[in-house]
Amino acid sequence: MSESTVARPIALDADAPALPGLLRASWLVAQKDLAIEFRTRTAFFSALVFALLGLTIFYFAWDPTAVASIDLAPGVLWVIFTFSGLLGLQRSFGVEQADRAMDALLAAPVEREAIYLGKAAANFLFVAGVQVVAIPAVALFYNVPLGSIWLSLTGIAVLAALGIVAVGTLFSAMAVNTRLAELLLPMLSLPFFVPIVMAAAQTTSRLLAGRPESEAWPWLRILLGFDLVFMLACAIAFPYTLDE
Amino acid sequence: MTTPITGRPSTSSAGGADANTAGDGARSRPALIDGWIVAAALAVIAAYVRIIWFTPPEATQGLAQKIYYLHLPAALNAYLAFGVVFVTSIVYLWLHEERADLVAESSAEVGLLFTTVVLITGPIWAKPIWGTWWTWDARLTLTLFLWFIYAGYLLLRGAIVEPSLRARYSAVLGILGALLIPFIHMSVYLFRTLHPMPIVLKPDRPSLPPEMLHTLIFSFLAFVLVYLALVRARYRLSLERVRLAALEGSLEGGR
Amino acid sequence: MVPGSRSEARSELPVVEAEGLIRAFGGRRAVDGVSLTLHGGECLALFGPNGAGKTTLLRLLAGLLAPSAGRCLVGGVSLRADGGRAARSRVGLISHASMLYSALTARENVEFAARMYGLRRPAEAALRALKAMRVADRADSAVRALSRGLQQRVSIARAIVHEPLLLLCDEPYTGLDEVGSAALTEALGERRAHGAALLLVTHNLSEGLALATHAAIMRRGRFVRLEERGQVDGASYASAYRELVTADV
Repeated sequence: MSESTVARPIALDADAPALPGLLRASWLVAQKDLAIEFRTRTAFFSALVFALLGLTIFYFAWDPTAVASIDLAPGVLWVIFTFSGLLGLQRSFGVEQADRAMDALLAAPVEREAIYLGKAAANFLFVAGVQVVAIPAVALFYNVPLGSIWLSLTGIAVLAALGIVAVGTLFSAMAVNTRLAELLLPMLSLPFFVPIVMAAAQTTSRLLAGRPESEAWPWLRILLGFDLVFMLACAIAFPYTLDE
Repeated sequence: MTTPITGRPSTSSAGGADANTAGDGARSRPALIDGWIVAAALAVIAAYVRIIWFTPPEATQGLAQKIYYLHLPAALNAYLAFGVVFVTSIVYLWLHEERADLVAESSAEVGLLFTTVVLITGPIWAKPIWGTWWTWDARLTLTLFLWFIYAGYLLLRGAIVEPSLRARYSAVLGILGALLIPFIHMSVYLFRTLHPMPIVLKPDRPSLPPEMLHTLIFSFLAFVLVYLALVRARYRLSLERVRLAALEGSLEGGR
Repeated sequence: MVPGSRSEARSELPVVEAEGLIRAFGGRRAVDGVSLTLHGGECLALFGPNGAGKTTLLRLLAGLLAPSAGRCLVGGVSLRADGGRAARSRVGLISHASMLYSALTARENVEFAARMYGLRRPAEAALRALKAMRVADRADSAVRALSRGLQQRVSIARAIVHEPLLLLCDEPYTGLDEVGSAALTEALGERRAHGAALLLVTHNLSEGLALATHAAIMRRGRFVRLEERGQVDGASYASAYRELVTADV
């Protein structure tokens, strides 16, 4: 073996590949995750059924004469939202662990953040998909006129999903490497979900009660602030969870 | 490159120049009860004495109010401990200094202890005053969440065997947890406020009469001393464990 | 094996140029000062006992780990350039784990890799790679429906789809039957003939030496032997290797 020679970069020929940028790589990862989920559909339907079951159980756990279902609905909606979201988050990095596919992702010439963003995007769509069914189900089971506030509700749902997915995707990446992955993910995530659930539920109940939107605004500010801070912080933190 | 903590005779001691610092096998093992712990214990006893005998009881709340001298300093130290976790987490991720991780671990355990004290003394104080054991007032709720974050932090550590992975993950959680606290604070405050008006930490003069204020400060300093002593002892335990693991590793040969 | 390749290879740029590579975990150095130069068309078979640092070295070259110290150029670019992306684009990684998504088809897996490496015609490249590994007829089967040997072939297709300059193989023969092993050897040889450099980590001396132009033994993070294949006599190498391995126990 010769000693090292003076190095000059090998000239790239015209047909050389253009390495995917952050957005493109994130999109590829998200697309791949969604393709896997679509192929099996198990996790999605499990989360969906879980959400519906949860709504049902909560309904029967209260005395309908003591508590009006319309008062119960916002809380139940957003609590179920977080727990069914957790089911989706659990499997997020599980697919990468199975045959060490994560190594192939890390060996690819893409930025590490793209892996996080792509998976977070896929998780967002997963959570949103469950909500598309769960929110009407709440309106149905609890006899709540959610349709009257559907626009605001969609906005709240989007903001809440962003927060849950930002934190949950990161913790999913961490939990998958520990011994108690299924227990650890909810335990780490739930304290972080509390501001989200509070803001979403309080806003929903105020809007349902017909109170002016200005009353809901402080809560929405918290939710927005949470999303901004944690989407940024988790994206930055993600490369630190990798072994480098 | 970081200074690896392997089985070298320690020329670098943690913190002050304490004669009891662990050396190589030739010297005696460090005493479990060292100067710091004795000093802390004395300070706490002195604080208790002052609280019970030398501080007048409060007018409206009576004797039960005296638990406040434990409750508030414990709370402040619980948050101080988390501040230390936050800072050492950043230091670890930035410098990869293993010792920062050990300090974080020690501070988290002691912090959990203090937080538990707050959560126990809170209800004990609340029952005679408010009539219920638990009130979801803003401060106590925030402390409950601090407890959850500490618990999550320590459980995460417990679930990871490999040291550098554990340190990295803990550091990330330490930083994110610190970011969470203001949001919990805002959420809970917006939700309800039932706590007695903050009679010490007002921007202008605290409205406690002088003897009570002094007792409070004294108690606070005693608790800080306890915090430092416990963290120091726990940190040295961590160092011993790391050295033991390194020795075992080198005994296995060629790994 | 390509005889006489050394004199021609020396005039080209080396594919791998590593100098004083060190990787420490806590206080322990898994890779402790490795220097290595590999040219296109060469294949280095790397042997060594468990824990010698072979896998760590591979992961360093693949960009999965950052070196604690030392410098390394892959295809003329530093491991650190552009966040490591430039170097990683020139490397392919094969391991005993398939690194595939079992729910997706073989084609989808390899196309995903092709896209992640920025290939302009990913579908074509994927099919070409699958054909090279003689697994194109099962391209649309889900990976989990394939036997282990076929999965490994798909995994190799994934690794070569972007025609890497450097192929890193970590015990790729594990779990392969005779047919699978033969296909793997053929594919690796073909890559080498196309000018790639190979680094093959294996416990199997005969399989490793069959492809190698160079052989090395690693122990405790260092190369203790490094020589050309032509200078190695199979039998004496085997016994020397055994001695080195048992010396650690």
